[in-house]
Amino acid sequence: MTRYILQRLGYMIITMFLIATFTFFLMKFLPGTPLSAADKLSEEQQAVVLEKYGLDDPVPVQYFNYIVNLTQGDLGISFQFDNREVTTIIMERIGPSMTIGVQAMIVGTILGMLLGLVSAIYHNGFLDYGSTFIAVLGKSIPSFVFAGILQYYVGVKLGWFPVALWGTWQHTVMPTIALAIFPLAIAARFMRTEMLEVLGSDYITTARAKGVNKFGVVFKHGLRNALIPLVTVLGPLAIGLVTGTLVIENIFAVPGIGEQFVKAINTNDFPIIMGTTLLIAFLFIFIILVIDLLYGVIDPRIRLAEGE
Amino acid sequence: MEKLLEVNNMHVSFDTYGGEVKAVRGVTFDLKKGETLAIVGESGSGKSVTTKALMQLIPKPPGRIKEGEILFEGRDLTKMSEKQMQKIRGKEMAMIFQDPMTSLNPTMKVGNQIMEGLIKHQKMDRAQARKRVVELLELVGIPDPESRLKQYPHQFSGGMRQRVVVAIALACNPKLLIADEPTTALDVTIQAQILELMKDIQKKTDSATIFITHDLGVVANVADRVAVMYAGKIVEIGTVDDIFYNPKHPYTWGLLGSMPSLDSADEELYAIPGSPPDLLDPPKGDAFAPRNEYAMQIDLEQEPPMFKVSETHYAATWLLHENAPNMEPPASIKKRMEGMAKSSSSSEKGDRI
Repeated sequence: MTRYILQRLGYMIITMFLIATFTFFLMKFLPGTPLSAADKLSEEQQAVVLEKYGLDDPVPVQYFNYIVNLTQGDLGISFQFDNREVTTIIMERIGPSMTIGVQAMIVGTILGMLLGLVSAIYHNGFLDYGSTFIAVLGKSIPSFVFAGILQYYVGVKLGWFPVALWGTWQHTVMPTIALAIFPLAIAARFMRTEMLEVLGSDYITTARAKGVNKFGVVFKHGLRNALIPLVTVLGPLAIGLVTGTLVIENIFAVPGIGEQFVKAINTNDFPIIMGTTLLIAFLFIFIILVIDLLYGVIDPRIRLAEGE
Repeated sequence: MEKLLEVNNMHVSFDTYGGEVKAVRGVTFDLKKGETLAIVGESGSGKSVTTKALMQLIPKPPGRIKEGEILFEGRDLTKMSEKQMQKIRGKEMAMIFQDPMTSLNPTMKVGNQIMEGLIKHQKMDRAQARKRVVELLELVGIPDPESRLKQYPHQFSGGMRQRVVVAIALACNPKLLIADEPTTALDVTIQAQILELMKDIQKKTDSATIFITHDLGVVANVADRVAVMYAGKIVEIGTVDDIFYNPKHPYTWGLLGSMPSLDSADEELYAIPGSPPDLLDPPKGDAFAPRNEYAMQIDLEQEPPMFKVSETHYAATWLLHENAPNMEPPASIKKRMEGMAKSSSSSEKGDRI
């Protein structure tokens, strides 16, 4: 098991290196330079700035320098925010994004699973139709619509939570809810389908024939088997939440990473783009690893044998 | 002997979008303590539905027991609540399922799956239950039970899994054991082992058994009595000897005739022509009439009642009516029956699979 994880970490490093390389050259193909906005500068002044950031070197040299710095954990200095290290900027920004993303993920999947379970247990009943309706709403209405509704009714009219900005935990509540709607809908839909299928399987009949009651059938025998396919969709969903909170961050004025990313792309701030891309790539690979390990926990059939 | 189970005129229907499927249409039989009844019939004849209905395991909806009573030690199971049934299932009646590959929970350790009933019904703690699980695994012939009980179903072969399924059913010493085609999904050598095991266990535990199968070879091997089902009804019921050596219903003749045997290499294997009726709209009269070469006019108009052949033997065919012509089973089937009589007298009952 340990060996397996180490092996996976090794692959992770290789993947990260490839992604860094690919992104680096891709960016060199982008039209414009970081200076295109600062057109007031004379040619000599521009040359000085380019030299300062090493942008006048040939591309292979720039690449080599970047990779060497990267291996030392140095992501470079932002062009936009003079003399500020990319690592510091990302660190400042990652907190709010992660907080909202992780909270939304937890709230969304747990509530979604419960909703899906209720649907499956009361199949074709009133509760089933109710929770299916919620799931369809959540899936088809974009999160910024919910965000607007929340801001107006809960924030302005009821005044329960702050409408925007960042600071206390109260500030996280509404962005979390707005963001949680989508994973909730996905989890509910999946849970319902999977649970219904599991409840129709032979081993559930075996369990019932043993005299196990409805609660035991659903939670002891059904849940774990229904979770296996659900985990597959939760992975990509989690990544989307942690990174793709751009709209929500903008609406609630949360100082997160998504907002920063777009700004950086608009101003050709290469080090920030690179840094953020690598961060997202890392999260992606990391979550995939976690999910692969989670499979083993849930499903003994794909558990890795010790010492393999 | 005392009656353990009495099923009276049980009807089971499934409400589908196409209409009401009458899967079981008035089944009556009884079972004494320690007795083995085999239910035979082709696919879709209502065998499994009958037994699932006994344990109230029919999914409701769409299924429902429309009519009739199931008296288990005098208590009518059809009138029991789900809560009361949960106390009976697994404890007083247990079931062995058809496909060991799907009837065990893949994400639960085998030991826990066997223990579940013990903890629930016998109020054992985990340590006691564990001890009993080891005993049970030994009883069903799984070597090294101590370490096997910690394994998951996918670490067992098909035959071993079926032994686990048997162990689950036996856990609480049920008075009635229902085996729903327990050997169908297994290959022939394993079938023989499981049958041997079941006979063994029956001797040791003395529980009554209902054995569903479409394999008549198995029937001769394990059963005391046989019920032949067709289109949701029992068409003939009697002791093994009654059914094998003196069958009265043309459907039973067909079943016996379509059973291959080693010494009949020169004969053609008999096939019953046609297919079973659509139970969405069961035919008037005898459901078997359209496939029956001995059918008479009355078979198409009126359902035959159960005619008594002897104290133990009943059959539902108009051929037994006093006004009916005396019909003999077809020559090829007669020959087959004689062959069977010879083979079973030359070798002890039970050696044939």
